[in-house]
Amino acid sequence: MDWQLVSESFWPLLRGALTGTMPLALASFAIGLVLALFVALLRLSPNPVLSWVGRAYISLIRGTPLLVQLFIIFYGLPQLGIRIDPWPSAIIAFSLNVGGYAAEVVRAAILSVPKGQWEAGWTVGMSPARTLSRIILPQAARVSVPPLSNTFISLVKDTSLATLILVTEMFRVAQQIAAFSNEFLLIYSEAALIYWMFCTVLSAGQNVLEKRLDRYVAH
Amino acid sequence: MSPTDRAPLLTARGIEKSFGDNHVLRGVDLDVCRGDVVALIGPSGSGKTTVLRSLNGLETPDAGVLELDGGPTVDFAAQAGATSTGWFWNRTARRTAAANRAALRDRSAMVFQHHNLFPHRTVLENVVEGPTQVQRVPRAAAVDRAEELLARVGLAEKRDAYPHELSGGQQQRVGIVRALALQPDLLLFDEPTSALDPELVGEVLTVMKDLAAEGWTMVVVTHELSFARQVANQVLFLDGGVVVERGAPEHVFTDPAEERTRRFLDRILHPLD
Repeated sequence: MDWQLVSESFWPLLRGALTGTMPLALASFAIGLVLALFVALLRLSPNPVLSWVGRAYISLIRGTPLLVQLFIIFYGLPQLGIRIDPWPSAIIAFSLNVGGYAAEVVRAAILSVPKGQWEAGWTVGMSPARTLSRIILPQAARVSVPPLSNTFISLVKDTSLATLILVTEMFRVAQQIAAFSNEFLLIYSEAALIYWMFCTVLSAGQNVLEKRLDRYVAH
Repeated sequence: MSPTDRAPLLTARGIEKSFGDNHVLRGVDLDVCRGDVVALIGPSGSGKTTVLRSLNGLETPDAGVLELDGGPTVDFAAQAGATSTGWFWNRTARRTAAANRAALRDRSAMVFQHHNLFPHRTVLENVVEGPTQVQRVPRAAAVDRAEELLARVGLAEKRDAYPHELSGGQQQRVGIVRALALQPDLLLFDEPTSALDPELVGEVLTVMKDLAAEGWTMVVVTHELSFARQVANQVLFLDGGVVVERGAPEHVFTDPAEERTRRFLDRILHPLD
């Protein structure tokens, strides 16, 4: 085993994770969550047209491969004269993707809050929007932490696909080092280990968050 | 003072409501004057809770007129006609309906059977939520008033507890304080003691009795007949979506004119016979 290569490649890979993978994942997740809330509300709308729009969006996103979505945005849209740089392309594709998957999580979490909480908010005089933001969503957040953590962890790993639209994230760095050194097994394993490291830290973060949100629940 | 001498606060005429094929209310009239304590009694499914929820906009009747002294006056049949013309064209009508609901909620406050406290908020935060968020009362003033109300129901020291840390009776007393903090003209109670263990019922009824003595106007759906008898000045017996009998408690309880009322009272007062 080439220990020197391992230690020499470690910092570039980690830097790729810290400046590429994680910012890409965090930005896409944040935008995706806002989108997910919006789509979940569309789906929950009593208006059949809005509900259908939400349903169609989720179906489209979940029914097509993420890689294909990336390629359509980066390689396909330029034919319509819409040229988007690699980074924004990746963020758009990943956000849209998270929006589709997380919408169902958010919808289920909103539905899990008892109807009496809505009614209590209304009788106190709050508008539906204010009841949603102050009463329902804080309670829905607690329920949605485990499944949303899943979505986030998947997203961290999926960002490796962005290398195919020329985004410099960790996996792209790994490909470059591997091609240069011919140590494919070693470098890709090292990259895998770093992904695993990040995901382990994120899982721990999930536990902390769950405990924090559990403080007002009877055990 | 007889009810006719008082200023009327709420008048409901011909309230009707169906849930699908289930015709729950078949024309209910209700008159509430300031300072009245009205008890709605009747078997389950009689429509008494639906009447109460209609007064707060939690249910929207299909027909009937609801008038609160000082506004609003809502004609439900007209409203239902205006809002049923398709989702795109009825925006104005829907906005009017929403404004009517908001106005009803502005004047009244509800105490629920299952208290419906906000579990993610402390007792104090539950109480000040409405005043600070909706009524724009400065936080310091809202907190002062909340503490005063909590002290009155014996829960001053629970201000920083979360609802799940309280007993059922304490939770319901916080529910009452949350309603009082809104300073409503009309307090609505939906079977406030039905979900409680028997030994906790008394502490909640005592608070309600004190409120009645202080002159709050209350409409109470209840199975506690002794409470209705002692505290209410007007009792309505509902069955099958109509008011079968109404009057002063001494009339309804001791000398009911209707056979259905008599049978209901008999079943409740002598369940084993």
